[in-house]
Amino acid sequence: MELVRQTVRLLWKDLLLEVRRRESLVSMFFFGAVVLFLFHFAFEMPRERTAEMAPGLLWLAFVFTGTLGLGQLFQAERENRCLEALLLSPVDRGALYLAKVLFNFLLMILVELVVFPLFGVLFNLDFWNLLPSLFLVAILGTIGFCVLGTLFSAMTLRARARELLLPLILFPLMIPVILATIRGMEIVLRTGAFEEALPWLRLLIGFDVIFLTAGFLIFEWVIES
Amino acid sequence: MAQTSRASRILGALALFSILVGLYFALIEAPPDAYQGDVQRIMYLHIPSILTAYLSFFIVFVGSCLFLWKREKRDDILAHSAAEIGVLFTGLTIVEGSIWGKPTWGVWWTWDARLTLTAILFLIFVSYLILRALIEDENRAAVCGAVLGIIGFLDIPLIHMSVYWWRTLHQPPSILRPDKAPWENIHPSMLIALSINLVAFILLFFYLLSQRIRLSETEEEVKTLKLDEAT
Repeated sequence: MELVRQTVRLLWKDLLLEVRRRESLVSMFFFGAVVLFLFHFAFEMPRERTAEMAPGLLWLAFVFTGTLGLGQLFQAERENRCLEALLLSPVDRGALYLAKVLFNFLLMILVELVVFPLFGVLFNLDFWNLLPSLFLVAILGTIGFCVLGTLFSAMTLRARARELLLPLILFPLMIPVILATIRGMEIVLRTGAFEEALPWLRLLIGFDVIFLTAGFLIFEWVIES
Repeated sequence: MAQTSRASRILGALALFSILVGLYFALIEAPPDAYQGDVQRIMYLHIPSILTAYLSFFIVFVGSCLFLWKREKRDDILAHSAAEIGVLFTGLTIVEGSIWGKPTWGVWWTWDARLTLTAILFLIFVSYLILRALIEDENRAAVCGAVLGIIGFLDIPLIHMSVYWWRTLHQPPSILRPDKAPWENIHPSMLIALSINLVAFILLFFYLLSQRIRLSETEEEVKTLKLDEAT
């Protein structure tokens, strides 16, 4: 219970900071939009092929946007030695981790809520009735992205060239999430149902559970060393 | 003092000897493959390389766990050294596979599940080495390395599953199969050549590991001497 209370408090702090500074969310959203534009220039596709490529393009846009967000995730803690102060306060390190995961998750979901429809408009894709199912797959993938991403964002806090290092570590480890989410969304788009995508969804849930647990247990060492 | 220990030297000699014997068996004693001809002989190096690479990644995992648990420098040195050698053997595996793939499949590279898995393993452990190089604080580098070592290892089954569902083209394992004992699937002299090479590669691995650990220990020693001098 104490853990939940602390997590909510810490999450509230991050949300409040974000509302007042509006640093991450706005830039993440526009970055997502820019990536969509670039994709459109790179792969000028005939309309009938859009549905095939949509899951990959969408999800890559989220992964790039999310990586941008991860780079900023501990920015507030880096300034004025706030991290030391936070570590001095009697909060559970697990709560610290969960709050950051939740915060990053909320940011990404907000961006996705805008980018999904924007994609449909920009690429002329008629997928409006499938949007909720697609979004569900994306949520599972986003959780996987956040649980590992938060851990490694904290890890690269004091590394040289951290902006380079983070995706370099993260992307290979993230391959199950990237593959499963893209294939899952692709199946949903093609068949309109979940049945065939179930193995991929189970893989995503497995990934989320394993690394949420691992991150929760390991975070203490990463943040304190 | 830092001096090559006797055991390490014996290990090195044994590794060299068994590699020579292994090469003799692989290139001369074993018959050419019925379908693939002489190209198949690269498998005598390919399979031992990948198995040795797996061994080193397992040792990275064990060393990482031990380090996080007990915080002893030597476990970290073990993990770091094994990771470097693991990158070497994974790289070798990919190169050998390409050389074999070109005449057999007609391409240097194909996005088959096992190839992809090996390439991802290579990338993960390269990123492990880069991570360690980019964190200046030694203790922090060791902790972060250990965490990556553990997470990477936990990730392997998931990566494995996902790339297998995604794509399967590679010929199924022909020697370790569930339906038949290993010696029924392969000509005895081929199995002998393969086994000798496997032993040779594992000996080579432990020789390299002992040398690499010695190097780290020497570095530590130099650091302590410098500190003593400074005070």
